[in-house]
Amino acid sequence: MEKNQRTIDIVKRGLNKRYRSEKRFKIYGLSAILVSIIFLALLFISIIGTGYSAFFRTVVKLDITFDPESISKETLSTANYSGLVKKSLRGLFPNVEDRREKRQLYGLVSSGAAFQLRRLAMADPGVIGKTVSVWVPANDDVDMLMKGQMERNVPQSERRLTDKQLTWIDKLSGEDRLEKRFNTAFFTGGDSREPELAGIWGAVMGSFYTLVVTLLLSFPIGVSAAVYLEEFAPKNKWTDLIEVNINNLAAVPSIVFGLLGLAVFLNFFGLPRSTPLVGGLVLTLMTLPTIIIASRASLKSVPPSIRDAALGIGASKTQMVSHHVLPLAMPGMMTGTIIGMAQALGETAPLLMIGMVAFIVDVPHGFTDPATVLPVQIYLWADSPERAFTALTSAAIMVLLAFLIFMNSAAVLLRKKFERRW
Amino acid sequence: MNPTVLFIVILILSVAGYFLGRRKALLVGKRAQGVRNMHSKPVYYGALTGLWCGIPALIIMAIWLSVGPNVVMDLVVESLPPEIRDLPQDRLNLVVNDIHNLVSGNIISGEKSPALIAAADHYQRLTSIGHGALTLAALAASILAMLLVQRKISPRLRARNQVERLIQWFLIGCSSIAIFTTIGIVLSVLFEAIRFFRIIPITDFLFGLDWSPQMAIRADQVGSSGAFGAIPVFLGTAVISAIALVVAVPIGLMSAIYLSEYAGKKFRAFAKPILEILAGVPTVVYGFFAALTVAPIIRGFGGSMGLDVSSESALAAGLVMGVMIIPFVSSLSDDVINAVPQSLRDGAYGLGATHSETIKKVVLPAALPGIVGGVLLAASRAIGETMIVVMAAGLAANLTVNPLQAVTTVTVQIVTLLVGDQEFDSPKTLAAFALGLVLFLITLVLNVIALYVVRKYREQYE
Repeated sequence: MEKNQRTIDIVKRGLNKRYRSEKRFKIYGLSAILVSIIFLALLFISIIGTGYSAFFRTVVKLDITFDPESISKETLSTANYSGLVKKSLRGLFPNVEDRREKRQLYGLVSSGAAFQLRRLAMADPGVIGKTVSVWVPANDDVDMLMKGQMERNVPQSERRLTDKQLTWIDKLSGEDRLEKRFNTAFFTGGDSREPELAGIWGAVMGSFYTLVVTLLLSFPIGVSAAVYLEEFAPKNKWTDLIEVNINNLAAVPSIVFGLLGLAVFLNFFGLPRSTPLVGGLVLTLMTLPTIIIASRASLKSVPPSIRDAALGIGASKTQMVSHHVLPLAMPGMMTGTIIGMAQALGETAPLLMIGMVAFIVDVPHGFTDPATVLPVQIYLWADSPERAFTALTSAAIMVLLAFLIFMNSAAVLLRKKFERRW
Repeated sequence: MNPTVLFIVILILSVAGYFLGRRKALLVGKRAQGVRNMHSKPVYYGALTGLWCGIPALIIMAIWLSVGPNVVMDLVVESLPPEIRDLPQDRLNLVVNDIHNLVSGNIISGEKSPALIAAADHYQRLTSIGHGALTLAALAASILAMLLVQRKISPRLRARNQVERLIQWFLIGCSSIAIFTTIGIVLSVLFEAIRFFRIIPITDFLFGLDWSPQMAIRADQVGSSGAFGAIPVFLGTAVISAIALVVAVPIGLMSAIYLSEYAGKKFRAFAKPILEILAGVPTVVYGFFAALTVAPIIRGFGGSMGLDVSSESALAAGLVMGVMIIPFVSSLSDDVINAVPQSLRDGAYGLGATHSETIKKVVLPAALPGIVGGVLLAASRAIGETMIVVMAAGLAANLTVNPLQAVTTVTVQIVTLLVGDQEFDSPKTLAAFALGLVLFLITLVLNVIALYVVRKYREQYE
């Protein structure tokens, strides 16, 4: 060891190592971000990959004879429409005799076919006595086969369609009686036990009513609370307590709000279960902290000179706030509200607690009708044992994400448009 | 008049009150040689009249709607034949339910005895009398208030100050909702939890090693021991949250460091929204993804290495949950890293430190309290997260720390205990509230510590 070694030499010796570690560190950082990006890409690819097929469904062309013997103008709503479907299927495959085989044959067509015929006959009683070609939905197993989601070349016991059914399907598609069409039922129908009939409209309306309640309550309350805390509140224990509470509520697990809703709104106040009204109340309590915090930030960004000017020419404090500060802070508050609403739209757990998980076929028409919401519908379908529901779940997720992306980009646009630096 | 109609009528009256008050103020003003001689502008007199028109009536209505039905039901029960009235409490509740159902036209549990029908009729009559009285009282209050305020309108009435005071009380009320929510949460979980602890001793709950909440309906039923030892549930929660934090903290922290210290403007503009999207994806979507895609991948991967991986492994749920809280960690760390004063960095550069040395030796230690606060908040998030674990983690309460096995969590148990049919006296349902209480307390402590640490940290550099 040289005694009079210069500092610069010591530094230079370690330099390469230090530069390498610098580079390594940078790569760690970059790869951390890449992990997030890859995960997000994987998520979207997997959802879109499993879900796009649900936007189409297989339909079967049947020649239905509206036999005047089994259906008449008086019995339009009660006639045996599934009998008509069965008869038409028997007509297509006249040599199916065995009872078990017959049942398999009928299984090719969805049970929704009978309802479709009923609607058709109710809308136009003139069809009685005629033979009409109708496209009716196929069963979900047929649908999955047509979409290539079911293995053909495995032993019969390992798939849900029998060999017989496969030959019938081949014959049908050979005669151009099978077709993939846009799945309108998915967008217009309520929930159903049959995957080919299940739709999201009921859930979308449920989400809509729930969010209306949430918006109507949380926006005015949130803005008022923010205005009070930011503009009027004296600095004392009570205000401190409120602030601590708001910050803490923002971090309370959402399921705890569900427990609150169950114990207070349902059991104590006796409000009706499973309704958008109660869902909206619970989500209001949940989104309030978000809205209050965003609104306060927005109020804080209004420069004090504006307040001073208003007070200086004789406005009262309330006038100063309502005439000058609020209009300037409004865009920021609305951005915060939209983000809060987007959170509320995606929230599931608290709604499970207040019974919005029920199986509800009817589309809700009001705030006190039993309803479910989009994320809960996703949860319900994801839990269903039938494989065809997987595609439906992914499709519903795509719809939910589309709504969320729409809301969030609206918030971003609003912020961009009205953002003001003082 | 039914309450909805009454509500609308009161609102209409209140609007009418506004216009009447304003007109009166204009008239009074004319007599006092010009409106400018009045204390306030005419709109304030109008607003004062409108507010007084609405508020008392609405308060009367709220009181009636909250206590009315119970009062009516008590009266009905009083008038029941003595042999029904003297039934034990739970049987009586059934009868009360039947009366409710009969009134709203639903199916009732027993047969329609004449006593029940009479009671239902009585209920209906009392309710309609109640609504009549309510309508009368509310409208009278409304109109009386309107007339009184009208009479008081004079140039010296300080209408603006009074309106502003009312508005301020409204604002205070709105901001107190946060406190009431907290109180509501505490009371609602606490009461049910106390009822639970009366049945199951609190020590059994907190330190028991066996969790199987199915209660036996018949004495000879298999597998329904009804054991409420919550340790396996707590342990499962801890395992999954730990996995999530192991994923989220390094990745989130490194992302934040890279974005705030290294990344160029363009890359930041691209990467930040992606992290925000990750934060905006609903948890039910993550849960579906974990169950459908991640769990099978991990199972297949483990299988190829000869490991026995459960299809509901803690690893799958934990990994996905970790990804979910990455943006949370990164945005919090981003804030605290940016709050470190530039002068500290400049000092380090001046001494010849490289960029990464500055970060590791100067910025991170300076930002550590803030980062710890962020991690605590992330941990409270992970503990309280519900949908991912409900969909991807198991139900069986295994006492294990092996991440490849299925474990259950507090939130999963709450959901499974409370979803579906429930009776409100069984320990099974009440156990959910006890778990909820524990969950609330743990997250509360984490949040309070975290918020305190972050606040102190901010003050340090302000």
